[in-house]
Amino acid sequence: MKNYLFLSFLLLFAFGFTSEKEGYKVGDTATDFSLKNVNGEMVSLKDFEDVKGYIVIFTCNTCPYSIAYEDRIIELQTKYAKQKFPVIAINPNDDKRSPKDSFKEMKVRAKEKMFNFPYVYDETQEITKAYGATNTPHVYVLDADRTVKYIGAIDNNTKSAKDADKKYVEDAVNALLAEKEVPVKETKAIGCTIKWAM
Amino acid sequence: MKKITLLYLIVFSVQIQLAIAQSQPLQIIKVPELEQLIKSEEGKVKVINFWATWCKPCIKEIPYFVKAQQDFPEVEFVFVSLDFSENASRAESFGKKKGLNKSKMVLIDDVDYNAWIDKVSGEWSGAIPATLIVTPNGKKLYEKEFQQGELKELLKETYKL
Repeated sequence: MKNYLFLSFLLLFAFGFTSEKEGYKVGDTATDFSLKNVNGEMVSLKDFEDVKGYIVIFTCNTCPYSIAYEDRIIELQTKYAKQKFPVIAINPNDDKRSPKDSFKEMKVRAKEKMFNFPYVYDETQEITKAYGATNTPHVYVLDADRTVKYIGAIDNNTKSAKDADKKYVEDAVNALLAEKEVPVKETKAIGCTIKWAM
Repeated sequence: MKKITLLYLIVFSVQIQLAIAQSQPLQIIKVPELEQLIKSEEGKVKVINFWATWCKPCIKEIPYFVKAQQDFPEVEFVFVSLDFSENASRAESFGKKKGLNKSKMVLIDDVDYNAWIDKVSGEWSGAIPATLIVTPNGKKLYEKEFQQGELKELLKETYKL
């Protein structure tokens, strides 16, 4: 009996660990959400009518890598919103663990940088968990049916946009707009861990 | 008065020289050297910690690594900074201030992360803190912030050190 108990504990432990790695893979259907934007309005993917897809970016105020990409996120929105492929940025960080990532501070940052895209707060972190985002910035490119087509980094040079010679997100979106196969479907990047609530 | 100032200066410069003699400078490396660092070696356990000056949880766990380094002198510790190369001297002085003055410190100068994260470990998402433990039998990546005593426990229990 004791052995069984031990075994079930072990299994529970093992599953507990694997569940951390859950989240979407390319080909999965991503969930919609209803999250509060810095302008006070709730934002859902279904609110965007007649779009060809979505660039969902988990990012925040505080991570230096997120900050390094802010201008590039603004550019993505400038370039692709008019092609019906909008950017939606989600801040996944718990504001008790990272006070500068609070909703109030998001409003300040959005105003300072004149964000041209919705910047919403995943206060309960449920959407972040469902998507399986691990670090910031972390991008999910979805098609119009919310099928995940690309997961990973924006490009291959965090330091300098002009030195990036692989623009993963642009390549993915361009391919989808041309109804072609996404060339690189998954990449990894160094980033700040998501600050999960304790 | 002047003599005292001079004396101070002499004492101060001797101290600085001692400090320099004791500590190794931070080395800027590329991917092939990183691959060399994380290679399994006969009869050797290595703890490779990935950190950056801007990463708060990384800074928090450094003292536990310094402590483990004292407790397990047979283990090779390497601290890999992910700061940009132009911030190398800042990373070096920061690391030393945090107790890494006797540790091997390197900075990986390659921002094409996707090209090398999987070479470190397929288990790694790229988020830091992350720690790679290399033994003659293989590698395991811990993508987490270690708490006080946890690394020592792990080295003792899992790695039988």
